[in-house]
Amino acid sequence: MGPAVTLVKDSLPAAREPRPVAADARRRPGRRRENLAGYLFMSPWIAGFLLLTAGPMVASLYFAFTDYNLFNTPKWVGFDNFTRMFDDPRWQKSVEVTAKYVVIGTPLKLLLALGVALLLAQSRRGQAFYRAAFYAPSLIGASVSVGFVWRSLFSDGAVVDRTQSFFGWHVGGWVGNADWVLYCLVALTVWQFGAPMVIFLAGLKQVPRELYEAAEMDGAGPLRRFWNITLPMISPVLFFNVLLETIHSFQIFGSAYVVSNTQCGPADATLVYTCYLYQQGFKNAQMGFAAAMAWMLLLAVALVTAVLFWSQKKWVHYEEGAR
Amino acid sequence: MSAITTKVTDTVGRKRAGSLAWHLGALLILAVILYPVAWVIGASFKPSKDIINSLQLFPGHPILSNFKGLADGIADIGIWTFFENSLFYAVGAVVGVLVSCSLTAYAFARIRFAGRNLLFSLMIGTLLLPYHVLLIPQYVMFQKLGWINTYAPLLVGKYLATEAFFVFLMVQFMRNLPRELDEAARLDGCGHLRIYWSIVLPLCRPALITSAIFTFINAWNDFMGPLIYLNEPGKYTVSLGLMMFRDSDGVAANYGGMIAMSLVALLPVLLFFLAFQRYLIDGMATSGLKG
Repeated sequence: MGPAVTLVKDSLPAAREPRPVAADARRRPGRRRENLAGYLFMSPWIAGFLLLTAGPMVASLYFAFTDYNLFNTPKWVGFDNFTRMFDDPRWQKSVEVTAKYVVIGTPLKLLLALGVALLLAQSRRGQAFYRAAFYAPSLIGASVSVGFVWRSLFSDGAVVDRTQSFFGWHVGGWVGNADWVLYCLVALTVWQFGAPMVIFLAGLKQVPRELYEAAEMDGAGPLRRFWNITLPMISPVLFFNVLLETIHSFQIFGSAYVVSNTQCGPADATLVYTCYLYQQGFKNAQMGFAAAMAWMLLLAVALVTAVLFWSQKKWVHYEEGAR
Repeated sequence: MSAITTKVTDTVGRKRAGSLAWHLGALLILAVILYPVAWVIGASFKPSKDIINSLQLFPGHPILSNFKGLADGIADIGIWTFFENSLFYAVGAVVGVLVSCSLTAYAFARIRFAGRNLLFSLMIGTLLLPYHVLLIPQYVMFQKLGWINTYAPLLVGKYLATEAFFVFLMVQFMRNLPRELDEAARLDGCGHLRIYWSIVLPLCRPALITSAIFTFINAWNDFMGPLIYLNEPGKYTVSLGLMMFRDSDGVAANYGGMIAMSLVALLPVLLFFLAFQRYLIDGMATSGLKG
């Protein structure tokens, strides 16, 4: 049973046990007690869901249509925040910067993750060591420390600049250059390829060896085997990685904020979406505008998620026709 | 089978070359991956003026003054204050996640109650929800409650199982425990609380450890939460304390101190990683096979 099947089956708790028939349920005296126990055990989550997720979502939808600075009573302004947002050049810039970051950074990171996973999937000495070492950046990449390190490494006169200049291409450090600074953030996310790599590796391990042996007997070369066996077999894991990495990279904040020295610049070149949201909400006390921005982000993420789920019919293969 | 064996002996030379290429490739990636970590270690022993410009990874004459300077703290706050604050936040988060997520996971995995599937789907949905949609209204709510500049806004969600990822991890683990255990215990007259505490929790130890370490590291690295909710330097976590080392023009007056502090701030995470890397990587790997 491949990861695909586990994935589908496990997304529904009931898939494992047959659902008791209604009549049977009525006969069982413990039914009501089970319900009570279930909800008691769940109560922290239910409280959290209502108070910290569902409630705030409704509230933020409401704020999105108001003028609100945290201290006045929210004033209903209809679609004002949205029309202002679409006309706002800085908002447009933040959309552009974020789109660029997502479209360049995520595929690079996933390609590297898959490539290195294929390399590490060959069982050789030191495999476990390399896997651990490559994973380490994923744990520290989000820290302020690494943000400072990155800022230093990509400064004017530091190692990246000097290497680049050595090849006759002088740009004076990436962090100070509006054309280059975003790639500094891209490099930071690509550096953290270890997390998706570990997931790819787990998927690769589940591909049955016999498939490769059979293909080899039939004379299929390594490229053919990758294309016709590996890729379809790991496509559910690939789907999972694409989905999660894309959604996460839409939400980049800390590294952009720290690497750009809190300015999200220069010249708004690292003004990622959440940076602008933060500035509007917490620096300019434009809570209504920021809430409207957050809902646009939610819509964008929902749209991407929907497109990915729709597209998986075409390229994600689930074993045994589970889907 | 014998055909394959002959083939293998025939191509020993090629295999060796392949092995060499494999190790060279892996080492090359390793060098690129580890360079920033090696750099920050080396740089913390360099004088401030050399940190950016010296290409030497490790200085010929290492100095300790950057670390000694840390003892003076920054802006009259000892750096231990930041570490105490981060430790409080991280440990508080770990306790909350372990208790609330395991209770929730037990309900999803071991109790049959009406509406379970619907709630489970909702919980999975929150995994994909961008946090920023909740940011503004949560801030408004905590502000009305007078919780700004306390750790309550950072911790309350951890005690209410909003970390869906860990609920999921634990549900996956609990579902794979043999059901006969519960049934035997029920026949002996054990209630759910007993089964949860004496049977399921002890068997879930790997999932609990994975969740605990990830929670600790996430809280330790958390930047946005403290940035928004804490505004008094005495309450800052390490992440925010670190930001105090930077000057507004971006060139820290005490660059060496900033880099040394960066390294010290990374140490707990690196130590956790070295001690528990198996749990972290296995936890990460199963997360991908779940959906």
